[in-house]
Amino acid sequence: MTQAIEAEGLVKHFGQTKALDGVDLTVPTGTVVGVLGPNGAGKTTAVRILATLLRPDAGIAKVCGFDVVRDPVAVRSLIGLTGQYASVDEDLSGRENLVLIGRLLEMSKGDARARAAELLARFELTDAGDRAIKTYSGGMRRRLDLGASLVGRPRVLFLDEPTTGLDPHARNEVWQVVRGLVDDGVTVLLTTQYLEEADQLADRITVIDHGLVAAEGRADELKRKVGGQTLQVRPTAESDLLAVQRILAELTGTAPTTDLDAGMVTVPVDDPVLMSTVVRRLDTAGITADELALRLPSLDEVFLSLTGKSAQQSTVDTQKTGSLT
Amino acid sequence: MTTIALDAPPEVTRHIGPARTMRHGLALAWRGILKIRKNPEQLADVTLMPIIFLLLFAYVFGGAIGGSIESYLPQLVPGLAVMTVMMASMTVGMNLNTDVSKGVFDRFRSMPIARPAPLIGAVLADLVRYLICMTILLVVATIMGFRFGTGFVPVVAGVGLAMLFGLCFCWVAVWLGMLIRSPGAMQGLLGMLSLPLTFGSNVFASSDTMPSWLKAWVDISPVTQVADTLRGLFVGGPVAGPLLGSFAWMAGILVVFFPLAMRAYRKRLS
Repeated sequence: MTQAIEAEGLVKHFGQTKALDGVDLTVPTGTVVGVLGPNGAGKTTAVRILATLLRPDAGIAKVCGFDVVRDPVAVRSLIGLTGQYASVDEDLSGRENLVLIGRLLEMSKGDARARAAELLARFELTDAGDRAIKTYSGGMRRRLDLGASLVGRPRVLFLDEPTTGLDPHARNEVWQVVRGLVDDGVTVLLTTQYLEEADQLADRITVIDHGLVAAEGRADELKRKVGGQTLQVRPTAESDLLAVQRILAELTGTAPTTDLDAGMVTVPVDDPVLMSTVVRRLDTAGITADELALRLPSLDEVFLSLTGKSAQQSTVDTQKTGSLT
Repeated sequence: MTTIALDAPPEVTRHIGPARTMRHGLALAWRGILKIRKNPEQLADVTLMPIIFLLLFAYVFGGAIGGSIESYLPQLVPGLAVMTVMMASMTVGMNLNTDVSKGVFDRFRSMPIARPAPLIGAVLADLVRYLICMTILLVVATIMGFRFGTGFVPVVAGVGLAMLFGLCFCWVAVWLGMLIRSPGAMQGLLGMLSLPLTFGSNVFASSDTMPSWLKAWVDISPVTQVADTLRGLFVGGPVAGPLLGSFAWMAGILVVFFPLAMRAYRKRLS
């Protein structure tokens, strides 16, 4: 498989701050790679180098085979960039912004207008197309920004925290758009602080912290790396807590932990089939449960154990939730 | 669904020639002009001040300074034209600063366009701004009783000269716009810069009654030189002397501030 993005040993220092301290990154053509990391980890610096906005102090980066330092113009003609901050002109309308970009990309007036109309339609902005961007909602603005980075039909798209500051609904809209692009064959490099976002969109995830790659792999690989699954049971009656604890201890051979405040018993399990056995035993004992769940560690926990920092948003990655009443 | 992203493979551009640079500059100038149309209040900002000065100085101080309004206007109006252009030329610094801090420049820079194109576009759009501001001023002045005493050609030459002055002076604004982080701080600084320059000239009052140290500066100041030239071209009088002084100042400003501005521009964008 060919690599759309290859970076080796990227270093960038700003004074005393080591924004990047030797980062390797590869993105195979046609895939989505998520770069995950806390604020200040170096994600944006990496994207800015790959998009030719910054020169690395050391290391090599290539996009579609073109060196970002030696052939920046070639790289720019192949990429689209959607920054952390909406980089469109707020005074102009959505359509005018898209036409301007088309004109800057050497399209004729007619082609630029047609392309603008096409993108507005695709991002469901046709009705708002002639309004100034500053009247747009956060989600609309981000969609237009995405559209703006697609005018030139890029092969590689950089999305630098595309959903930061968006509400869940708008975030979902952006995710839909990204999925559509991937279906069209665009290679995407996505930075995010949201573990859920990386989990949802990315084929592979690179965790960056303090300018270094802390981990790399598929989401489930990263999750497995950190630990197995846990089984959680919350009996309806608090008086059943001890009985539940006893049953789980017997079935798993490990001592469960009981959270009295939450009324929840948690135990690590390595055999997913155990779930049905637990259900039967609880049923036999006449215990009803409000919550019965088998879960992988959330990416949040992965993140925490890799970087020693909690991510901004915690995600509960519940695989199965059963309820016995 | 039709595939949008890959239905035509992008051609790989590796170099950008001067013709392309100019086309990109023109496309960005179109953006600047659109912005003027969308945001007339930004124009009001720079147009209103000279008009307020025009009304204030003509009606309140005119009689005291120039004997009568009629005899004061020929001195005041050409000077205010210089002030207008100077203030309008500050806007480019604000606009560039806003573009950089809002991330609009990052988008341009991630595209295969010539590096100086955004600058060329901003400055070209500025010329339109100067023309609009000056026209408004001259129309208001004419309504108040100002009369051009020369012909069509000298008046057009005068407007052209004022615009050229703005074109040179705007590099000061570009330089500051690239050095200073926030657009808000820019505005205050540019105001502080252009007010003493206009008052420290013979725009409002003849230098004859000023203390000698001030008169020495006012007589050679760039605003005085350009204002004197415009007086000659708009109402009549000597042109050659002040024109020479104007060109000297414009060349001087350009030699100092154009390289500074370009260096700051490249530095801010690297």
